[in-house]
Amino acid sequence: MKKNQKKVGGSKRTALEGLGFAAVAILFLLYMVPFVLILFNSFKQKRDIITNPFSLYAKKGYSLTNYIEAFEKMDFIKAFGNSFLITGLSTVLVILLASMVAYYFTRSKNLFSTVMFSMMAASMIIPFQAIMIPLVSIYGARLHLLNNRFTLIFMHTGFAMSMSVFIYHGFIKSNIPISLEEAACIDGCTKTQTFFKVVFPLLKPTTTTLVILNVLAFWNDYLLPSLVLGRKQIFTLPLSTYAFYGTYSADYGVIMAALVLTVAPILILYLFLQKQIISGVIAGAVKS
Amino acid sequence: MTPCRGLKSSILVKEPEAGKGINMGSMGRKTGEKFKNLLIFALPGCFAFFAVVIMPFLYGFYLTLTDWDGVSQVKNIIGGANYIAVFQDAQFWSSMGLTLKYVFFSVILVNLLAFILAYALTNGLKGQNFFRTGFFTPNLIGGVVLGFIWQFVFSRVLVNVGEATGWGIFSSSWLSDPGKAFWSLVVVTVWQLSGYMMLIYIAGFTTLSTDVLEAASIDGATGFQKMKSIMVPLMVPSFVICLFLTLSRAFMVYDVNLTLTGGEPYGTTRLVAMHVYEKAFTSRNYGVGQAEALFLFLIVACISGLQIYLGKRKEVEA
Repeated sequence: MKKNQKKVGGSKRTALEGLGFAAVAILFLLYMVPFVLILFNSFKQKRDIITNPFSLYAKKGYSLTNYIEAFEKMDFIKAFGNSFLITGLSTVLVILLASMVAYYFTRSKNLFSTVMFSMMAASMIIPFQAIMIPLVSIYGARLHLLNNRFTLIFMHTGFAMSMSVFIYHGFIKSNIPISLEEAACIDGCTKTQTFFKVVFPLLKPTTTTLVILNVLAFWNDYLLPSLVLGRKQIFTLPLSTYAFYGTYSADYGVIMAALVLTVAPILILYLFLQKQIISGVIAGAVKS
Repeated sequence: MTPCRGLKSSILVKEPEAGKGINMGSMGRKTGEKFKNLLIFALPGCFAFFAVVIMPFLYGFYLTLTDWDGVSQVKNIIGGANYIAVFQDAQFWSSMGLTLKYVFFSVILVNLLAFILAYALTNGLKGQNFFRTGFFTPNLIGGVVLGFIWQFVFSRVLVNVGEATGWGIFSSSWLSDPGKAFWSLVVVTVWQLSGYMMLIYIAGFTTLSTDVLEAASIDGATGFQKMKSIMVPLMVPSFVICLFLTLSRAFMVYDVNLTLTGGEPYGTTRLVAMHVYEKAFTSRNYGVGQAEALFLFLIVACISGLQIYLGKRKEVEA
């Protein structure tokens, strides 16, 4: 839009624009350097990495051996599977439960919904550090539920609830007309049918936003999984990367390959869903 | 006696608030029906929230009154001793001071850079969507991996650059220098968060009304005047969001701290989240750890509450 506005100032203006472009481009390159470095060093041998991490040229040449080693040693398939299962199930649960709770809160004003809703809103400023210690003592020492992927899924769901309910609540309140639900009711829908057949499909834009935000948060989370999952068998990707790094920290080539493997899934997803992810993140931040 | 008995015509309902209980409650008059709705819709989600957030939070207060070590069956009530221990824990206060310093610099640098980037990328620059996408990328990756990536950059690549160019600033690894390790943490934070905040500022810039800006141009306002007197005041909501997000993120940072510096060298980069973690889970001092976590909570709550309050007061309408 602004581009087509009258270009007064002629050459001075274009020179300024060119300068701006150059500055942004240089900054952009600086931002990307770490990724690029990791990527091409992951194909080099350890000695080449140490002697010259910046050079594209490698004496011993490029090879995939680092990847094969990293893939096997960090048990990539298993860790990926665990991350996938945990992220997937937690997200489905959050979406389902949060939309229902938010729907209930907007449509039934009673003591329960008022108290719960204000608790959820207030809880958003509690840092995770103020909860993690009692969390571990309740679920570990008292209930003996740690070291279980489903406990983690349950906890992810609980932690994501307040933000998700909050965003759904705002959307339902201002975008879903009550008359629609009344019509469904007159047509003989039960409450549950009305919600799943009429209301939930209308929440789709918010659902997309929340899926993106929650998937990113769950997939990348380290602290909570590290407290809940103690066995290597059930480690998620960040946990297995951390454990792997501890064991092979001197073996740069393999480490680089492991890092690339860890970030690859999410970057590939980003490649295809850029628009949705960016608008989802903006919507999430602005609404909460 | 249709199930829709209590239905109020939507004409009568002027605002959603007035339609109190219009649907759920009015489905059936029977309280049984209402209770069933509560059970189906609200309870599962609220239970998860309550069990994971509220219950531990409350239980945490009880923990601070005990001498629990995380293993033993018995917890002895020791009253306020843990709170006294917090005040005597010099390491806690020094890590808190360090965290405040870290938060201060991160918040300012992140927002400054993000605002400039957003401004540059909403003026029809060539390839601006590509740049936006690129600057946001670090946010997609978890702190653990980011920390490892930068550990390699600081301890290998930059040292190598220093050797090749003779630049003193890179002659030794920043991560092993007590003065510079802290700044490496800030650099990574700025790199990670600025793209995210940039997106929010971009959203703010795009909602600015062009009418006002054009009127200002006609009145002869310079670019800087427009920025100072129109754009910044109108974008206060964006600033409030970004400051809130950066503040809370920076106070709670743990992953990057753990994998980039691990608190080293000599504890010069041990931020408060790491201190609390180690107090509880490494030194097995759950009560003191939790008491310190509550202090952290209080400080975060005060600072972000104050920031939102001040921000809201500055909000203006176009």
